[in-house]
Amino acid sequence: MNPRSGASQLFLASEGLYRRRRLANRVMTAVMGIAAAIAVIPLFLILFYLLQKGLRGLSLDLLTQDPNRPGRPGGGVRNSIVGSGIMVGLATAIGVPIAIGCGVFLAEFGQNRAGLVIRFLVDVMAGIPSITVGLFIYGLIVLPQKQFTAFAGAVALAIILLPVVARITEEMVLLVPRSVREAAYALGAPRWKTTLRIVLPTALPGIITGVLLAVSRIAGEAAPLLFTALGNQFNSTNVFHAMDALPLRIFVYAVGPYDYWHEQAWAMSLLLVTIILFISLAVRAIFGSRVTVRQ
Amino acid sequence: MPDTHVESGTAAASAIGVHIVRTEEEAAASAAPAQRVAIRAENVEAWYGPKLAVAGVNMEIRANSVTALIGPSGCGKSTLIRTFNRMHEFAPAARVGGAVFLDGENIYERGIDPARVRQRVGMVFQKPNPFPTMSIAENVAAGLRFLGVRSKSEINDRVERALKVSALWEEVKNDLKKPGMALSGGQQQRLCIARAIAVEPEVVLMDEPCSALDPIATLKIEDLMRELAVQYTIVVVTHNMQQAARVSDRTAFMLAGEDHVGRLVEYRSTEELFTRPQDKRTEDYITGRFG
Repeated sequence: MNPRSGASQLFLASEGLYRRRRLANRVMTAVMGIAAAIAVIPLFLILFYLLQKGLRGLSLDLLTQDPNRPGRPGGGVRNSIVGSGIMVGLATAIGVPIAIGCGVFLAEFGQNRAGLVIRFLVDVMAGIPSITVGLFIYGLIVLPQKQFTAFAGAVALAIILLPVVARITEEMVLLVPRSVREAAYALGAPRWKTTLRIVLPTALPGIITGVLLAVSRIAGEAAPLLFTALGNQFNSTNVFHAMDALPLRIFVYAVGPYDYWHEQAWAMSLLLVTIILFISLAVRAIFGSRVTVRQ
Repeated sequence: MPDTHVESGTAAASAIGVHIVRTEEEAAASAAPAQRVAIRAENVEAWYGPKLAVAGVNMEIRANSVTALIGPSGCGKSTLIRTFNRMHEFAPAARVGGAVFLDGENIYERGIDPARVRQRVGMVFQKPNPFPTMSIAENVAAGLRFLGVRSKSEINDRVERALKVSALWEEVKNDLKKPGMALSGGQQQRLCIARAIAVEPEVVLMDEPCSALDPIATLKIEDLMRELAVQYTIVVVTHNMQQAARVSDRTAFMLAGEDHVGRLVEYRSTEELFTRPQDKRTEDYITGRFG
């Protein structure tokens, strides 16, 4: 048998098989594509619904004025925006350094029993319901101080943020190729300098994305603030007093009796989603052009 | 320069690019001068956990020369050079036995700081590995920064010098702020060489530095190795025998036996090893009659 006839025979024999595989490939690709489309449909529905319901209530007053006396239409939610900003900022300031330290420890020194235990605990922590975190902080900070405070709210939010950022930091640090570390070691860099000056900057874009994810998550949390920051009708910037937050006010207004409250609750929801969207886009824009972690 | 003969001999060899062009006299001349020993390995063995990878290596590496390590895959040549700058111990459960003397000082002595050893024995890796977040200039300056050099002008001077020595300056002098990753593979490898020599090490270890590069980039690196040998001691691991013949003054042949433990089979001047190997296994390997 000469090689050419051998080849064509091989081709003929496998043509049916090839067709079947091609069909299977197309069907599976289509199934995955549909699944992917279904997965993102809720996002668009939510955005659409929010725009429809929330746009009407959106106004300059909503952003710049504090709430009116209940039952008197008008007014705004400046106090909630300010409170959310302060508490999320404070929670980030408390939680992120600890979480990054924890993540770096897990990645660099966590290949042992201690690492295993801490990793497990962090995972358990990520699974604790946020309302439980609120109750815990209520017992730990609010009761002894006999005062609802923004600080307690921020600590509760920080606890929710911590495991998310810690695990993402660990993943991102582990993604930094061995060759990059070796290059630093070979230059005579001690381990801590390698971690601090080479590994962390290389992992930074990924870590920032993780921080962002966590910040978006806590910015929308109402449950951990219920028994900690409580909420506040008036604008307050004192972290040792009760403070308002957008999710808290959304909750109060959404279940409240007044139509203008409902309208403002929708507008606040839209506002919250927009803020989160903008943070995401801004960070993408800043860090998107930077060299990302390579395998 | 004590070894002008060696220089001219191998420069010719690398220019023509054939195995061996040096004459007997030149061979004798290159062997003649009593050269300083940069690294002396004494009964070195390297372990990965319970597995012995390299055993019983005794060798002297002469200063200001190029020493090549050849041998089939898995013979322990990369592992061996990693014992010369204490990089081996980064592998999990890795251990080194015996002694390695750097300029007369045992680098495995208790109390010796491995980071300090690595400042004196630089390394270039198989795949170019510039720091991904740093520019070209920052990459070259990285080692200096680790050492705590702060003066901007000193850093700039030494970056320029290192880039000139590694024959990259002309290509990048206007792009020093561009990311190191933006360079081609061959340029990245010369950047890594510049980064290694910017801290003025005594020895530069190169672990198959050309295996990820095209032939032209490879020739550039080989020329560079010859030039670097004037000032530094170069140890190069290569699986390319022609490369060893082109660039090195002395060649060591390593082989792992049935027990998968790498051992030094033969170590002598490059021309002798390739023209008159003393060991049957060396001869089999260099003539391609292996296995």
